[in-house]
Amino acid sequence: MKRPVEGTAHPRSGARRVWAARELGVLLALALLVAVTAADNSRFLSAQSIRDVLLSASILMVLAVGQTVVVVTRNIDLSVGSVLGLTAFATGKLFVAAPGTPILLAVLAGVGLGALCGLLNGALVAAARVPALVITLGTLYVLRGIDHSWASGEQINAADMPRSFLDLGTATLLGVPVLALLAAAVLVVVAVWLSSYRSGRELYAIGSEPAAARLAGIAVGRRVFTAFLVSGALAGLAGVLHAARYGTVDATVGTGLELQVVAAVVVGGVAIFGGSGTAWGAALGALLLATIGSSLAVLRVDPFWQQAVVGALILAAIGLDRLLAARMAARAVRSQGRAREGTSHGA
Amino acid sequence: MAHDTLYAQPQEPQGPAPGRGGGRLAAVLRRWDTTVVLGLIAVVVGAALLVDGFATGRNAEFLLLDAVAIGLVALPMTLIVVTGEIDLSVASTLGLCSAVMGQLWLSGWPLELIVPAAVALGAVLGAVNGLFVTGFGLPSLAVTIGTLAAYRGLAFVVLGDQAVADFPGEWTDAAVGTVPGGALPWAMVGTALLAVVFGILLHATPPGRELYAIGSNAEAARFSGIAVARRKFWLFVASGAVSGLAGVYWTLRYASARADNGEGLELAVVAAVLLGGVSIFGGRGTLAGVCAGVLLLGTLRNALQLADVPSDTLDIVTGSLLIASVVVPNAVVLLRARLGRPRSGSAPPPRPGNAP
Amino acid sequence: MSGPAAASPLLHLRDVAKSFGPVAAVKGVSFALHAGRVHALAGENGAGKSTVVKMLAGVHRPDSGGLELEGRPISPDGPAAAQAAGIAVIHQEPTLFPDLPVAENIFMGRQPTGRFGRIDRGAMNEAAGRLFARLGVAIDPDRQARGLSIADQQLVEIAKALSRRAKVFVMDEPTAALSGVEATRLFAVIRGLTERGAAVLFISHRFDEIFSLCDDITVMRDGAWVSTDRVADVTVDTVVRRMVGREVSALFPKQDVEPGDVVLDVRGLTRTGVFEDVSLTVRRGEIVALAGLVGAGRSEVVRAVFGIDRYESGDVRVGGRLLPPGSPAAAMAQGIALVPEDRRQQGLVMELSVERNATLTRLRPLARFGLLSGRGERRAATDLARRLHVRHGGLGDAVGTLSGGNQQKLVLAKWLATSPQVLILDEPTRGIDVGTKAEVHRIMSGLAAEDMAVLMVSSELPEVLGMADRVLVMREGRITAELPGSRATEESVMFAATGQPGAGA
Repeated sequence: MKRPVEGTAHPRSGARRVWAARELGVLLALALLVAVTAADNSRFLSAQSIRDVLLSASILMVLAVGQTVVVVTRNIDLSVGSVLGLTAFATGKLFVAAPGTPILLAVLAGVGLGALCGLLNGALVAAARVPALVITLGTLYVLRGIDHSWASGEQINAADMPRSFLDLGTATLLGVPVLALLAAAVLVVVAVWLSSYRSGRELYAIGSEPAAARLAGIAVGRRVFTAFLVSGALAGLAGVLHAARYGTVDATVGTGLELQVVAAVVVGGVAIFGGSGTAWGAALGALLLATIGSSLAVLRVDPFWQQAVVGALILAAIGLDRLLAARMAARAVRSQGRAREGTSHGA
Repeated sequence: MAHDTLYAQPQEPQGPAPGRGGGRLAAVLRRWDTTVVLGLIAVVVGAALLVDGFATGRNAEFLLLDAVAIGLVALPMTLIVVTGEIDLSVASTLGLCSAVMGQLWLSGWPLELIVPAAVALGAVLGAVNGLFVTGFGLPSLAVTIGTLAAYRGLAFVVLGDQAVADFPGEWTDAAVGTVPGGALPWAMVGTALLAVVFGILLHATPPGRELYAIGSNAEAARFSGIAVARRKFWLFVASGAVSGLAGVYWTLRYASARADNGEGLELAVVAAVLLGGVSIFGGRGTLAGVCAGVLLLGTLRNALQLADVPSDTLDIVTGSLLIASVVVPNAVVLLRARLGRPRSGSAPPPRPGNAP
Repeated sequence: MSGPAAASPLLHLRDVAKSFGPVAAVKGVSFALHAGRVHALAGENGAGKSTVVKMLAGVHRPDSGGLELEGRPISPDGPAAAQAAGIAVIHQEPTLFPDLPVAENIFMGRQPTGRFGRIDRGAMNEAAGRLFARLGVAIDPDRQARGLSIADQQLVEIAKALSRRAKVFVMDEPTAALSGVEATRLFAVIRGLTERGAAVLFISHRFDEIFSLCDDITVMRDGAWVSTDRVADVTVDTVVRRMVGREVSALFPKQDVEPGDVVLDVRGLTRTGVFEDVSLTVRRGEIVALAGLVGAGRSEVVRAVFGIDRYESGDVRVGGRLLPPGSPAAAMAQGIALVPEDRRQQGLVMELSVERNATLTRLRPLARFGLLSGRGERRAATDLARRLHVRHGGLGDAVGTLSGGNQQKLVLAKWLATSPQVLILDEPTRGIDVGTKAEVHRIMSGLAAEDMAVLMVSSELPEVLGMADRVLVMREGRITAELPGSRATEESVMFAATGQPGAGA
């Protein structure tokens, strides 16, 4: 018998390098956008202006990071807008009912309420084994309905909330908005968890190939459940932050926000069918979307264009991902040459 | 025979029971779409008995007028979901067509031209979706979330936040006109006719039947000579055109062209389609079930509104129904499996190795 | 070759039985796997081999009897438990995480961790590298699993099993989708495993592999144990007889036919990197075999001819008429039918009923005024199923409930219903039992006798030699030889397929 033939050695290595390239792409787009806008109006780079962009990006960032955790498992959480709305209103109600509530407690209460919503989603998806798209579409309605029936038209204003809480929305630490710092902290914790801890990596495994994940002994249901819990809890946190930042809450807060969140995640390179993408990318996506909003205003573009641009960006992002994947596949075919299998695999 | 059969997993969220041939009553009764029809009847009867003002001609007229837009868009949506795809951009298409309609009216076009132009525009917007999905091979969920944002954005670009409301009375009256002597709006007659057309197309013609094969296994469909990409492309075009038509109806019915017309309608449509028993994974569902789903949702909302439940709160009902429509059949399957009584129709029976 | 058979077995199956409802899939099977030895498990499809594998994998629990690992009884209650006990099952097509690096595929859930429980990627890659070195193969641990050949995927799976300190390797038809070179490499790896004291259970339909690789062989038939022998003590004939339980007569019932006009004419078909300058003709009444190793581009050629894949240059003519590329519908209209290689993914829509599958290819002719009637469809489906003796419970049952052989007959039926002039069969008898195999061959032969042009892709040499009027051999995307059926021999075909005498599996 002959010596075993060499395996298909690959000069370039895998997954992570592509991800890095993908995030670099978003960063480049962001830099380009900032450069163009700043060239038109240098005030765009003023400390105040940057602070504003960061402020408006932070809440979306928290949501996008939470959504990433769910999307890498090949699921989706469409209910985040409703969860945010519900917790924002609940936070306001809490302060109306008990004006002396410590801020930390209010934050914890919001996160807890969000986690409860996530628990509902997770339980339905993981236990009843029903597609997340349908379930979270349902809870999107249900939670919003609960919000409306609770509020019954009531609006809670800044005057109803303690000064110190509202300051959370505007305060800065060393010139950086506290809100942005909080979002960054969430980002770092989740990103490190996803990339460097077994339980985090298992989420990717589940999204990449659920059957293999089960074979590898991963508790798929429990991990997916956890993912929804995290997404819900972060949406709850975002709700509290929303109340602090805007000071006025009613039952319509966060309506339609889920689309922006999904947009940020997709633009940031998280594959909608799971298995790849990072929290860093999703956060960059959120930052890019927020920056577009501000720079359109600076560039004196009709603000009505913003949504159209976001839509175009989503299409461009998924188109680009597809192109990259096709090029990688072509390279793989070339390097494997004829030894390649005929059966279409992993299509 | 590899892994996929080795590990009896995924009761991959089985949608409702499969549409099977054979006309036995029991089989029909076990089907989800039958359940929905029965539910619809129960709600109508219950509301007529319990809710004041429900069983009046005037109310029936409003109920049906409200159901027209969702009903229209749900028709092509059913076919799209049967192939395993989804179109979330329908409401934005409706909005954009409405906005363009308003803008064209402002620039002096006659409605005789505007209406076909709006429908054609819808078809073009649908073709863009179809191109992205079939031409570039992108997931329709992501594509149509993108165009959902893009089309709505363009609607605002076209019309801004103004409303165009000076459409001629005879047109707006026609949109809400009823069949003489009854509470049946002409618009609903048209929708019902279209539903029959779509129903025949889906269930009794070769191209329609092929959609089930596509939704169950696109590769096997391709190997059977079915032009999968072309079928899907035209479905998206149809979805766009019908959404454009719904945009025309919406504009005339409320006598107002606005960029935010129909915002959020996509969720109601998807909810109705899934409630009607179409599997989100494709390959399963009937148009009759979807029609029942549309009417069930509409009737329930209408009755509850008459019973003084605030309309925003009604979302709880819509959402719960949607969740129940997928959880209940699944729970039944899981429960049956646990009781050790596998039913041939609902759950794949455990197969012995390779039975001879 | 053989070791000390008296040594205590590593894994012992004792009288295991498993029934599914009224069907007894396995009845009282016993055999033992020994360290350092490769044990073949042979039997027709439906003989119960898969059920045995699933019991070893922890997917099914035996109704009675049990497993003993190193003398201790075990009863794994799931795949994870079986793995933990030291039994690894390598499937024909492993299930990997395509998005994740190879190293992570191996160590998922058990990644080496450093400070604060963080995954130590360096250590993980190093460990994976060491495993591949032990196997004597070079796979970059840091590359994505997506795009790995099936052979490499199996090696990743074996490396994973090694990392879990598996002692028993169960390989379920691992070579079915491998090229000769890849199979050779796999055999070297298997020998390496046994040298280190592992026991291997090897399932294959290929006798050449069993006889060159294995030490012991157990034959099963109809769910029951038939025999266990040293491979050295049996011949192919005895094994086949035990598998079938009767003499295999007329496995290749080829009728002699005088070929007619050229029906299918392919000229200069090229798709860069896949196949190049492929020209072939098939005449009426003729069976032409496209032989070669897996991966030589044979399936790709017939897929392109049928319009599933596109090609860059060349043309296809049917009965002299040019066929537009890339359109299966056009190919069907001009009388081509393709029975694809993957029955479950390509041949049938598993979720649909027998009836719906049978009529899927000819909905249009069945429609009247553009509309289909349930009765007409049912009648057509009944006719088809009867013509080819498809055994099924009811026309409304999902095709998934049919046996492999009956599924294949249904695929054939659905294509014959289109009355094709050219019938292309891609691995027509892969994974079906000997009885149905003969039946499929009889059908093919009959069709050729009725003047149909038949083009068959097959990796089974006996089938190629037994059925074909003419043999075309492909290697690395090109046709390297054309042999008349009478002159084709195992040696001449293998020589053309590998480019060297006597190599390959």
